[in-house]
Amino acid sequence: MSTSEIAAEAHGHDQGGHGSVGFYWTIAGILGVITAVEVAVFYIDALAPALAPILLTLSAVKFAMVVMFFMHLKFDSKVFTVVFLTGLSIGTFVVVALVLLYQFLPRLKG
Amino acid sequence: MSDTAVAEDHHYTATGLPTWKVGFWTFLGSECLFFASLISTYMVYKGASTTGPFPADVLNIPLTSVSTFVLLMSSLAMVLALDGVRRGDKRLASFWLAMVIVLGGTFLGFQVYEFTHFVHEGLTISGNVFGSSFFVLTGFHGAHVTVGVIWMTVLFIMSLRGKLTPAEALKVEIAGLYWHFVDIVWIVIFTLIYLLQ
Repeated sequence: MSTSEIAAEAHGHDQGGHGSVGFYWTIAGILGVITAVEVAVFYIDALAPALAPILLTLSAVKFAMVVMFFMHLKFDSKVFTVVFLTGLSIGTFVVVALVLLYQFLPRLKG
Repeated sequence: MSDTAVAEDHHYTATGLPTWKVGFWTFLGSECLFFASLISTYMVYKGASTTGPFPADVLNIPLTSVSTFVLLMSSLAMVLALDGVRRGDKRLASFWLAMVIVLGGTFLGFQVYEFTHFVHEGLTISGNVFGSSFFVLTGFHGAHVTVGVIWMTVLFIMSLRGKLTPAEALKVEIAGLYWHFVDIVWIVIFTLIYLLQ
Protein backbone atom coordinates (compact mmCIF):
# COMPACT_ATOMS: atom_id res chain seq x y z
CA MET A 1 0.00 0.00 0.00
CA SER A 2 1.48 3.37 -1.02
CA THR A 3 1.91 6.29 1.36
CA SER A 4 -0.89 8.21 -0.30
CA GLU A 5 -3.22 5.19 -0.08
CA ILE A 6 -2.49 4.85 3.64
CA ALA A 7 -3.04 8.58 4.06
CA ALA A 8 -6.30 8.47 2.12
CA GLU A 9 -7.53 5.51 4.16
CA ALA A 10 -6.49 7.25 7.36
CA HIS A 11 -8.44 10.30 6.32
CA GLY A 12 -11.52 8.16 6.83
CA HIS A 13 -10.40 7.52 10.44
CA ASP A 14 -9.46 11.19 10.63
CA GLN A 15 -13.15 12.05 10.38
CA GLY A 16 -13.60 10.06 13.55
CA GLY A 17 -17.19 9.24 12.70
CA HIS A 18 -19.89 11.58 13.92
CA GLY A 19 -23.60 11.69 14.52
CA SER A 20 -26.29 14.03 13.29
CA VAL A 21 -27.01 17.44 14.80
CA GLY A 22 -30.22 16.03 16.32
CA PHE A 23 -28.22 13.23 17.93
CA TYR A 24 -25.89 15.74 19.62
CA TRP A 25 -28.85 17.75 20.94
CA THR A 26 -30.36 14.54 22.33
CA ILE A 27 -27.12 13.65 24.12
CA ALA A 28 -26.90 17.20 25.54
CA GLY A 29 -30.52 16.94 26.72
CA ILE A 30 -29.81 13.65 28.49
CA LEU A 31 -26.69 15.17 30.12
CA GLY A 32 -28.76 18.13 31.33
CA VAL A 33 -31.45 15.85 32.76
CA ILE A 34 -28.86 13.68 34.57
CA THR A 35 -27.32 16.84 36.09
CA ALA A 36 -30.77 17.93 37.30
CA VAL A 37 -31.34 14.45 38.81
CA GLU A 38 -27.95 14.63 40.57
CA VAL A 39 -28.85 17.94 42.19
CA ALA A 40 -32.32 16.66 43.13
CA VAL A 41 -30.83 13.53 44.72
CA PHE A 42 -28.49 15.75 46.76
CA TYR A 43 -31.49 17.51 48.35
CA ILE A 44 -33.61 14.40 49.05
CA ASP A 45 -32.88 13.38 52.65
CA ALA A 46 -34.36 9.90 52.22
CA LEU A 47 -31.65 9.10 49.66
CA ALA A 48 -28.79 10.22 51.93
CA PRO A 49 -27.61 6.66 52.81
CA ALA A 50 -27.28 5.80 49.11
CA LEU A 51 -26.06 9.23 48.01
CA ALA A 52 -22.49 8.18 47.11
CA PRO A 53 -23.33 5.18 44.89
CA ILE A 54 -26.16 7.03 43.14
CA LEU A 55 -24.09 10.15 42.41
CA LEU A 56 -20.99 8.20 41.37
CA THR A 57 -23.07 6.11 38.96
CA LEU A 58 -24.77 9.16 37.43
CA SER A 59 -21.42 10.94 37.15
CA ALA A 60 -19.86 7.89 35.44
CA VAL A 61 -22.75 7.78 32.94
CA LYS A 62 -22.27 11.49 32.09
CA PHE A 63 -18.50 11.00 31.80
CA ALA A 64 -18.94 8.00 29.48
CA MET A 65 -21.51 9.77 27.29
CA VAL A 66 -19.27 12.80 26.71
CA VAL A 67 -16.25 10.60 25.94
CA MET A 68 -18.13 8.20 23.66
CA PHE A 69 -20.34 10.63 21.72
CA PHE A 70 -18.91 14.17 21.96
CA MET A 71 -15.26 13.01 21.82
CA HIS A 72 -16.32 10.36 19.25
CA LEU A 73 -14.36 7.61 20.99
CA LYS A 74 -17.17 5.13 20.29
CA PHE A 75 -16.84 5.66 16.54
CA ASP A 76 -13.10 6.30 16.34
CA SER A 77 -10.05 4.02 16.20
CA LYS A 78 -9.62 1.64 19.15
CA VAL A 79 -6.03 2.90 19.48
CA PHE A 80 -7.37 6.16 20.96
CA THR A 81 -9.58 4.22 23.39
CA VAL A 82 -6.60 2.18 24.62
CA VAL A 83 -4.36 5.24 24.95
CA PHE A 84 -6.97 7.23 26.89
CA LEU A 85 -8.19 4.35 29.06
CA THR A 86 -4.61 3.55 30.08
CA GLY A 87 -4.18 7.04 31.60
CA LEU A 88 -7.70 7.04 33.01
CA SER A 89 -7.29 3.59 34.63
CA ILE A 90 -3.98 4.47 36.29
CA GLY A 91 -5.45 7.79 37.47
CA THR A 92 -8.53 6.09 38.91
CA PHE A 93 -6.35 3.48 40.61
CA VAL A 94 -4.24 6.23 42.21
CA VAL A 95 -7.32 8.03 43.56
CA VAL A 96 -8.93 4.85 44.93
CA ALA A 97 -5.68 3.54 46.43
CA LEU A 98 -4.83 6.80 48.19
CA VAL A 99 -8.36 7.28 49.53
CA LEU A 100 -8.33 3.72 50.89
CA LEU A 101 -4.89 4.20 52.45
CA TYR A 102 -5.54 7.55 54.07
CA GLN A 103 -9.30 7.65 54.72
CA PHE A 104 -10.67 4.14 55.27
CA LEU A 105 -7.80 1.99 56.60
CA PRO A 106 -7.04 4.31 59.57
CA ARG A 107 -10.75 4.19 60.52
CA LEU A 108 -10.79 0.38 60.35
CA LYS A 109 -7.77 0.26 62.66
CA GLY A 110 -9.66 2.52 65.05
CA MET B 1 -8.85 19.57 -3.17
CA SER B 2 -9.15 15.76 -3.39
CA ASP B 3 -9.45 13.56 -0.32
CA THR B 4 -5.97 12.20 -0.90
CA ALA B 5 -4.53 15.68 -1.21
CA VAL B 6 -6.36 16.71 1.98
CA ALA B 7 -5.08 13.64 3.79
CA GLU B 8 -1.51 14.36 2.74
CA ASP B 9 -1.71 17.75 4.48
CA HIS B 10 -1.45 15.85 7.78
CA HIS B 11 1.21 13.45 9.00
CA TYR B 12 0.19 9.90 9.76
CA THR B 13 1.62 7.21 12.01
CA ALA B 14 2.35 3.66 10.87
CA THR B 15 -1.16 2.78 12.10
CA GLY B 16 -2.61 5.17 9.53
CA LEU B 17 -3.83 7.51 12.26
CA PRO B 18 -2.97 11.24 12.30
CA THR B 19 0.08 11.90 14.51
CA TRP B 20 -1.54 14.99 16.01
CA LYS B 21 -4.56 13.01 17.14
CA VAL B 22 -2.54 10.09 18.56
CA GLY B 23 -0.31 12.59 20.36
CA PHE B 24 -3.26 14.53 21.72
CA TRP B 25 -5.07 11.46 23.06
CA THR B 26 -1.80 10.49 24.76
CA PHE B 27 -1.62 13.99 26.26
CA LEU B 28 -5.21 13.63 27.52
CA GLY B 29 -4.26 10.28 29.10
CA SER B 30 -1.44 12.05 30.96
CA GLU B 31 -3.85 14.83 31.97
CA CYS B 32 -5.97 12.13 33.65
CA LEU B 33 -2.97 11.41 35.89
CA PHE B 34 -2.44 15.12 36.57
CA PHE B 35 -6.03 15.69 37.72
CA ALA B 36 -6.06 12.32 39.54
CA SER B 37 -3.19 13.57 41.70
CA LEU B 38 -5.08 16.78 42.55
CA ILE B 39 -8.35 14.95 43.22
CA SER B 40 -6.48 12.41 45.38
CA THR B 41 -4.98 15.22 47.43
CA TYR B 42 -8.42 16.75 47.99
CA MET B 43 -9.94 13.39 48.93
CA VAL B 44 -7.06 12.39 51.25
CA TYR B 45 -7.33 15.64 53.21
CA LYS B 46 -11.11 15.67 53.17
CA GLY B 47 -12.39 16.36 56.67
CA ALA B 48 -8.87 17.07 57.96
CA SER B 49 -9.38 20.81 58.43
CA THR B 50 -9.38 21.77 62.10
CA THR B 51 -10.56 25.32 61.48
CA GLY B 52 -13.31 26.64 59.20
CA PRO B 53 -14.73 27.52 56.83
CA PHE B 54 -15.70 23.94 56.01
CA PRO B 55 -17.18 22.74 52.68
CA ALA B 56 -20.77 22.81 53.96
CA ASP B 57 -20.28 26.44 55.09
CA VAL B 58 -19.31 27.84 51.70
CA LEU B 59 -20.15 25.54 48.78
CA ASN B 60 -23.14 26.88 46.84
CA ILE B 61 -24.83 23.94 45.08
CA PRO B 62 -27.51 25.88 43.10
CA LEU B 63 -24.88 28.27 41.70
CA THR B 64 -22.44 25.48 40.81
CA SER B 65 -25.25 23.42 39.26
CA VAL B 66 -25.92 26.27 36.84
CA SER B 67 -22.23 26.64 35.97
CA THR B 68 -22.00 22.85 35.46
CA PHE B 69 -24.95 23.01 33.07
CA VAL B 70 -23.30 25.92 31.23
CA LEU B 71 -20.09 23.91 30.74
CA LEU B 72 -22.05 20.86 29.53
CA MET B 73 -23.84 23.02 26.96
CA SER B 74 -20.50 24.44 25.81
CA SER B 75 -19.53 20.88 24.91
CA LEU B 76 -22.66 20.69 22.74
CA ALA B 77 -21.67 24.00 21.08
CA MET B 78 -18.17 22.59 20.48
CA VAL B 79 -19.38 19.46 18.74
CA LEU B 80 -21.80 21.54 16.62
CA ALA B 81 -18.92 23.88 15.66
CA LEU B 82 -16.92 20.87 14.48
CA ASP B 83 -19.95 19.70 12.51
CA GLY B 84 -20.15 23.16 10.89
CA VAL B 85 -16.47 23.08 9.91
CA ARG B 86 -16.81 19.58 8.43
CA ARG B 87 -19.81 20.74 6.38
CA GLY B 88 -17.84 23.76 5.17
CA ASP B 89 -20.51 26.06 6.67
CA LYS B 90 -18.49 29.09 7.81
CA ARG B 91 -21.43 30.90 9.44
CA LEU B 92 -22.51 27.86 11.45
CA ALA B 93 -18.94 27.09 12.55
CA SER B 94 -18.31 30.72 13.57
CA PHE B 95 -21.61 30.92 15.49
CA TRP B 96 -21.01 27.76 17.52
CA LEU B 97 -17.37 28.64 18.19
CA ALA B 98 -18.60 32.01 19.49
CA MET B 99 -21.08 30.12 21.71
CA VAL B 100 -18.25 27.97 23.12
CA ILE B 101 -16.33 31.17 23.96
CA VAL B 102 -19.40 32.80 25.57
CA LEU B 103 -20.34 29.70 27.59
CA GLY B 104 -16.71 29.05 28.61
CA GLY B 105 -16.38 32.70 29.63
CA THR B 106 -19.62 32.44 31.61
CA PHE B 107 -18.29 29.39 33.45
CA LEU B 108 -15.10 31.32 34.30
CA GLY B 109 -17.25 34.24 35.49
CA PHE B 110 -19.07 31.89 37.87
CA GLN B 111 -15.72 30.60 39.13
CA VAL B 112 -14.33 34.10 39.71
CA TYR B 113 -17.52 35.02 41.60
CA GLU B 114 -17.29 31.83 43.66
CA PHE B 115 -13.61 32.33 44.53
CA THR B 116 -14.20 35.98 45.49
CA HIS B 117 -17.18 35.01 47.63
CA PHE B 118 -15.15 32.27 49.37
CA VAL B 119 -12.31 34.66 50.18
CA HIS B 120 -14.85 37.07 51.71
CA GLU B 121 -16.17 34.14 53.76
CA GLY B 122 -12.64 33.57 55.07
CA LEU B 123 -11.66 30.60 52.89
CA THR B 124 -8.18 31.19 51.43
CA ILE B 125 -5.54 28.96 49.84
CA SER B 126 -3.43 29.12 53.01
CA GLY B 127 -6.24 29.24 55.59
CA ASN B 128 -6.88 25.51 56.04
CA VAL B 129 -6.37 22.17 54.30
CA PHE B 130 -9.77 22.35 52.60
CA GLY B 131 -8.95 25.79 51.16
CA SER B 132 -5.52 24.67 49.90
CA SER B 133 -6.70 21.49 48.16
CA PHE B 134 -9.92 23.10 46.86
CA PHE B 135 -8.31 26.18 45.31
CA VAL B 136 -5.43 24.19 43.76
CA LEU B 137 -7.80 21.65 42.16
CA THR B 138 -10.49 24.03 40.91
CA GLY B 139 -7.87 26.69 40.09
CA PHE B 140 -5.98 24.32 37.78
CA HIS B 141 -9.27 23.33 36.17
CA GLY B 142 -10.13 27.02 35.68
CA ALA B 143 -6.69 27.57 34.13
CA HIS B 144 -7.44 24.76 31.67
CA VAL B 145 -10.79 26.38 30.79
CA THR B 146 -8.99 29.71 30.26
CA VAL B 147 -6.53 28.08 27.85
CA GLY B 148 -9.50 26.50 26.07
CA VAL B 149 -11.29 29.85 25.70
CA ILE B 150 -8.12 31.42 24.23
CA TRP B 151 -7.76 28.45 21.85
CA MET B 152 -11.43 28.77 20.77
CA THR B 153 -10.95 32.51 20.21
CA VAL B 154 -8.06 31.78 17.82
CA LEU B 155 -10.22 29.23 15.95
CA PHE B 156 -13.12 31.71 15.86
CA ILE B 157 -10.91 34.36 14.23
CA MET B 158 -9.61 31.75 11.76
CA SER B 159 -13.20 30.80 10.96
CA LEU B 160 -14.21 34.42 10.35
CA ARG B 161 -11.25 34.77 7.98
CA GLY B 162 -12.37 31.66 6.10
CA LYS B 163 -9.31 29.66 7.12
CA LEU B 164 -11.27 26.81 8.73
CA THR B 165 -12.12 24.73 5.68
CA PRO B 166 -13.23 21.07 5.92
CA ALA B 167 -9.57 20.18 5.24
CA GLU B 168 -8.70 21.92 8.53
CA ALA B 169 -11.34 20.02 10.54
CA LEU B 170 -8.64 18.07 12.40
CA LYS B 171 -7.50 21.31 14.08
CA VAL B 172 -11.03 21.92 15.38
CA GLU B 173 -11.44 18.26 16.34
CA ILE B 174 -8.30 18.36 18.50
CA ALA B 175 -9.39 21.63 20.13
CA GLY B 176 -12.74 19.93 20.73
CA LEU B 177 -11.07 16.95 22.42
CA TYR B 178 -9.37 19.36 24.81
CA TRP B 179 -12.62 21.21 25.52
CA HIS B 180 -14.60 18.01 26.16
CA PHE B 181 -11.82 16.76 28.44
CA VAL B 182 -12.10 19.92 30.52
CA ASP B 183 -15.85 19.19 30.69
CA ILE B 184 -15.42 15.59 31.90
CA VAL B 185 -12.94 16.69 34.56
CA TRP B 186 -15.58 19.11 35.85
CA ILE B 187 -18.19 16.32 35.86
CA VAL B 188 -15.93 14.45 38.32
CA ILE B 189 -15.12 17.57 40.39
CA PHE B 190 -18.80 18.56 40.65
CA THR B 191 -19.72 15.13 42.03
CA LEU B 192 -16.76 14.49 44.35
CA ILE B 193 -16.22 17.97 45.74
CA TYR B 194 -19.61 19.67 45.61
CA LEU B 195 -22.25 16.94 45.88
CA LEU B 196 -20.39 14.41 48.05
CA GLN B 197 -19.39 16.83 50.78
